[in-house]
Amino acid sequence: MITRFASIETLFYLAALIAIIASLKVVTQKNTVHALLYLVVSLLAVAVCFYLMGAPFAAGLEVIVYAGAILVLFVFAIMMFGLKNDETKYAPQSTGLTIWLGPCLLAVFLLLALLLSFDSADIQQQLNATVISSKDVGILLYGPYLLAVEIASFLLLAGLVAGYHYAKPDAQGGHL
Amino acid sequence: MLLSFLPFYPLISFLLIILLKKQLSWWQTSVLSVGAMLLCAITSLVLFNALNQAPDGVITSHLWRWFSLSDGDSFVSVNFSFYLDALSAVMICVVSCVGFLIHLFAAVYMKEDENFGRFMAYMNLFIVAMLILVLADNLVLLYLGWEGVGLCSFLLIGFWYQEKANVLAARKAFIVTRIGDTSMAIGLFMLFNALGSVNIVDVSELASAQWQLGNNDAYWICLLLLGGAVGKSAQLPLQTWLPDAMAGPTPVSALIHAATMVTAGVYLIARMNGLFILSPQVMNYVAWIGAITLLLAGISALVQTDIKRVLAYSTMSQIGYMMLGLGAGAWSAGIFHLMTHAFFKALLFLTAGAVIYALHHQQNVFKMGGVLKRLPFESSLFIIGLICLMALPGTSGFFSKEAIIGQLWSSATAGQALWWCAILGAFLTSVYSCRLFFIAFLGQERFSHPVTNLSNKGLKASLITLALLSLVGGFLVPDLSGVFVNTTQGVNNVVEPKWLHSVAIATPIVGIVFSWFYFSQYRSAEPNIYQQAQLKENQNPIVRYCFSGLGFDHLYELVFIKPFVFIARLNKRDVVDQCIMSITWYVGLWRDILVYSQNGLMRWYAAAFAIGLVCFIGGWLL
Amino acid sequence: MTAIPLEHVLILACILFSIGFFGVIVRKNTLFMLMSLEVMLNAVGVAFIGAGSVWQQADGQVMFVLILTLAAAEVAVGLALLIRLQQRFKSLDIDCLSQLKG
Repeated sequence: MITRFASIETLFYLAALIAIIASLKVVTQKNTVHALLYLVVSLLAVAVCFYLMGAPFAAGLEVIVYAGAILVLFVFAIMMFGLKNDETKYAPQSTGLTIWLGPCLLAVFLLLALLLSFDSADIQQQLNATVISSKDVGILLYGPYLLAVEIASFLLLAGLVAGYHYAKPDAQGGHL
Repeated sequence: MLLSFLPFYPLISFLLIILLKKQLSWWQTSVLSVGAMLLCAITSLVLFNALNQAPDGVITSHLWRWFSLSDGDSFVSVNFSFYLDALSAVMICVVSCVGFLIHLFAAVYMKEDENFGRFMAYMNLFIVAMLILVLADNLVLLYLGWEGVGLCSFLLIGFWYQEKANVLAARKAFIVTRIGDTSMAIGLFMLFNALGSVNIVDVSELASAQWQLGNNDAYWICLLLLGGAVGKSAQLPLQTWLPDAMAGPTPVSALIHAATMVTAGVYLIARMNGLFILSPQVMNYVAWIGAITLLLAGISALVQTDIKRVLAYSTMSQIGYMMLGLGAGAWSAGIFHLMTHAFFKALLFLTAGAVIYALHHQQNVFKMGGVLKRLPFESSLFIIGLICLMALPGTSGFFSKEAIIGQLWSSATAGQALWWCAILGAFLTSVYSCRLFFIAFLGQERFSHPVTNLSNKGLKASLITLALLSLVGGFLVPDLSGVFVNTTQGVNNVVEPKWLHSVAIATPIVGIVFSWFYFSQYRSAEPNIYQQAQLKENQNPIVRYCFSGLGFDHLYELVFIKPFVFIARLNKRDVVDQCIMSITWYVGLWRDILVYSQNGLMRWYAAAFAIGLVCFIGGWLL
Repeated sequence: MTAIPLEHVLILACILFSIGFFGVIVRKNTLFMLMSLEVMLNAVGVAFIGAGSVWQQADGQVMFVLILTLAAAEVAVGLALLIRLQQRFKSLDIDCLSQLKG
């Protein structure tokens, strides 16, 4: 029954709605960890959007790099700030379901949408027709965009060096 | 060749002393400055002799081109070059010889002063400026020297700057003479505009070639130049600075404010005689200014109590004679009187300085008395100076003053009234001289300290030389016929009465006889009678009026200073300035807005950035 | 050509971008500002991918990869600076850093 209504558009709108709600939650949360959880959901929702737009490679990158690596960086940073008293709250104040209920709910809806898309042969056919493969992207990246890739690698190196340098405590020779 | 060196001896000495002031001892400083003056004096005398053999009676020396002026399409170069004719030769002899003697005196007189080096350096600098003034080949260079002597006068009047009165006197002298200098500068501009030249010889030739007698341009230019001369020579109406200038050390008064600088105005008019002759009306003004100043200064000198102020007023009055002579067309006589006056007035000032020094810086004549007995050497020299000042027959003052007075009666630009003024002035001169002499040198001693004698050979030598010059200076008549060609032009065919010369010669003697009886109380050895006379003089309102220099200071304060201060106070916030400040107010307003926007809060910047972007894209889309 | 119209993709991107931007402006906590920045970058990525899929070009995904690297570098530097901010001011309030005010 559900599959009857399932088309690429409806699934996309669902994922988009989840992304918007999650992003709003990110911005309005008081608790840092809550906000991070919503951010993960928002990123995953965007990844689903990418998938539905025929860019599975981008969707994978979104999940791996954004939701995986960058968010972990945030988590580490929050851990380094510790649990000191501040006007903003870094640590979760309530335990139990309340922390992860909202993100979980949204994530479940997302999963549902993803499963629906996998389930429907019609949708799969449409997606396969319009997909832009990772091969195309790779050829383009190491062809005309080679210089941009080099510059991006330099940017990452600079980010690495700067992050190392700035985060070093004063006692170990770091200064700003 | 010698001519071009002349101002450089004192200049080098000035530079050495001012640079090595701390290292040089009194002896070295004196040798340096007085030696430079000695060289100057010898060079001047050699040049004076050399002038006789020179072709045309002129020696010129071109040093370098100073700058060039554009007169429309042609360029007129203003040179640093010297021009020596009979007139400037007389002047350099007076400046350097009298200057040398005064330097010699000053080296001894100022020995104790802690700023001796600075003093001698300024004196040398003054001589440099004065020589440039006198030797200048063009009017711009003359103006340089003119301002230079004004500067040195300022520096030396305020030499003891620790006392406020001295500083005020220096300031007054500077400002008052500046008024005259401004008028002179305007005159020079007009002259260049009219004739296209600033060279003195060219100007005279061009003027006589282009302008008729009584030309309007000549009238105004001469009037403006006269303004400069009046300021420098302390003549009416800019005479108020000279009595106050006596705040300076006595050698300064002798050198600058008696012998040389104050006569620069006389020199200027004599130098520009070719121009002044074209404007008989201004010549008449010159004569009248001289006559009125000589009377006013004589009256003021009658009641002064400070010995130096008496001499200062006397200087004004004698310069009045010179002006009178120049105005009457008696050019040679005027310059002759300038020369003899330099001798005897320097002598008077220096002996007065010696007396003041001996009496522990007592300048009030009422606290002297009986100096003749205690200081016979100085007193006898002072007497010599006084008889020259009174122009008793045989002295230098007699020859020069009689030469002036003798030409007044029949002069076209002077006349009988001015002759009578001159006679009255001569009478006043002898009366105030006698009063000064009676009060200070006769009568009872009224000072308690023992006298300290200046028994230095150099000092005595300088005084004696000056005394000799004062006595025999009357026979050193300079031959200025080459410079002043038109002296006999304006003679009226008036029959001169036969008694003219007898009256002129007799006047000083009448004055002496009159004062012998009139001031008999001052000669008295009785303290009571003396004090009564002094009291009577102090209480007389007319005397007090004369004492303040006939109230010119009050008049000027009322007419110029008070309104000026009033306007300045009204305009305390400066109306024009406020208009200009409105620009800064506007800029400041924007500054405040920008400062407010530059609040350092990053989120505001981001918001502003976004708004700007939205506006930009919106505008682009529309 | 996908079934999703480009307008709808762009509207989504706009909404996400606006949310992120208001997060940057409204929140004082620097950590939240960084997260909002991530949301904004994501929105841009959505726009690129959408455009790429509409025209069936791989360039959109290339641009997304580049944005990804930018985001990674930005987060690394930003978090390092955040640590310094916390050490120096004992606070994550961005308004502490107002020494450049006029």
